[in-house]
Amino acid sequence: MIDFDWLLLFEVSLAGIGSGGLYALAGLAFVLIFKATKVVNLAIGEMLMMGAYFFFAMASTLGWPIWLGVVVAVLGSGALGALIERLLIRPMLGESPISVFMITIGLSSILVGAVELIWGADQMRLPDFMPSDPVLIGEAMVPPKIFYGFLVATGLIAVVLVVFRFWRGGIALRATASDQAAAYSMGINVPRVFSLAWVVGAMVAAIAGIIVGSISSLSPTMGVFGLSVLVVVIVGGLDSVAGALVGGIVVGLVEAWSGTYLGGQYKMLSTFSLLVLILMVRPYGLFGTHEIERL
Amino acid sequence: MTQASPDVVLSINNIEVIYNKAVQVLRGLSLRVPRGQIVALLGSNGAGKTTTLKAVSGLLALEDGEMTRGSVVLDGVDTARLKPHELVRSGLFHVMEGRRVFEDLTIEENLISATYALSGRRAASADFELVYEYFPRLFERRRGLAGYLSGGEQQMLAIGRALIARPKVMLLDEPSLGLSPLLVENIFTIIARINREQGVSMLLVEQNASVALAVAHTGYIMETGKVVIDGPAEKLAGDPDVREFYLGMAGEGAARSFRDIKHYKRRKRWLS
Repeated sequence: MIDFDWLLLFEVSLAGIGSGGLYALAGLAFVLIFKATKVVNLAIGEMLMMGAYFFFAMASTLGWPIWLGVVVAVLGSGALGALIERLLIRPMLGESPISVFMITIGLSSILVGAVELIWGADQMRLPDFMPSDPVLIGEAMVPPKIFYGFLVATGLIAVVLVVFRFWRGGIALRATASDQAAAYSMGINVPRVFSLAWVVGAMVAAIAGIIVGSISSLSPTMGVFGLSVLVVVIVGGLDSVAGALVGGIVVGLVEAWSGTYLGGQYKMLSTFSLLVLILMVRPYGLFGTHEIERL
Repeated sequence: MTQASPDVVLSINNIEVIYNKAVQVLRGLSLRVPRGQIVALLGSNGAGKTTTLKAVSGLLALEDGEMTRGSVVLDGVDTARLKPHELVRSGLFHVMEGRRVFEDLTIEENLISATYALSGRRAASADFELVYEYFPRLFERRRGLAGYLSGGEQQMLAIGRALIARPKVMLLDEPSLGLSPLLVENIFTIIARINREQGVSMLLVEQNASVALAVAHTGYIMETGKVVIDGPAEKLAGDPDVREFYLGMAGEGAARSFRDIKHYKRRKRWLS
């Protein structure tokens, strides 16, 4: 303990915050869907994976330019989101939340199966498209992919926060989240809000998936990432965009610290312990909505 | 099916409503709202007043209710095929029971949410000034969360949202719910002003029969799913049966004592 390596701590923390940004982005995809439709989407990790595979198909298999590949993959994922909402979720309107929850579990298996059928179960590499020079912050080195991924993630989250606050559609979404029947009675097209939430959620998930896939690699088990995302959104509060950001960074940091100082096998243990602790202190998560009680 | 004559803006023709495919709540209810008038729909608990409004605004489906017979005609158009939000956009605004403001949105955002009612209408722009003119209190608190408003202010906001939507017909479900007598008077004065100044027709459901009949032009009284008495509001307010059973007055206007409750129950069977 005499010479504690502060630089290492700093570097590890930066890497943790960086990957936390990605957790936050994936958490955002989850929160968008949950906020509007109250569906706990367990297939979020697999939707991430689909986005990454779409990108792989465009950029590697078809050899399209990277930017075009990203755009088409994101749009394709949006279409997939719309399809999922229309075919699987809409018919379940008004059914018990548990049934809808089970449907999303089924959906995740279907997506994994589809990927294995089309692309096989082997790991694959996405084409490199981010700058590869290491980024220096002070004396600390940050892996470039994590750094740029973090920038994209926080940028997107900021955009979504602003849109929610000021765009009328954001108000429609929050109104629908707050009281569906009342939203109908304002003239808001509630089913349209639902499908929009799924489309945008799937698109955000695809962006997160492309970044995650290019940092590590591409495989049908990528969906496991979704498990950590679940921790992120529960920590942050299921329906809070800002909560997804903070929860993502907290989980990213805890994973990085425990991975470095305790060893890789303690990563999951420490994140889930954190989850239990936070839920004991704040059952709605850090930023989740309590019902407003007037006294 | 009876077509609405031009001076009737909303007509409800012989509707039946069944909840959960099992419980029949409305049994052939008909009423008319003449253009520019306030029509009061009165009745005791469980008579089906709120259900009537939900049947009109299409919100029944959200509660497993179904209109199995009859029709609702808004300004000459049968509304059977319209979805709830389309109905709002064609000029029918339902101010639901219990106010139902969006608690975690600000006052301003609550009003903005009602601008969706204007979608697809020509020359319709939201008039926030108008709302703040009727309810200056909302202007003072416009950046605050609606959940922190008092009950009376929330009712003002609920009516304010309706004003934004510029409806032909406003359905008002128990605007007096949970408000002090002074606030009730306040709210109803404003409701009457809105009707007069904006020319909005209203269908008003109330427990508080005396205040409702004071602002309404016409009244309907319902019991177990159908209309039992109707007529001009002043005539109803003067009718001895109505005075006794719904206004709580006997004879010369003395308030009834709870001691006579048995008598009340016995007599009431004769009415329905």
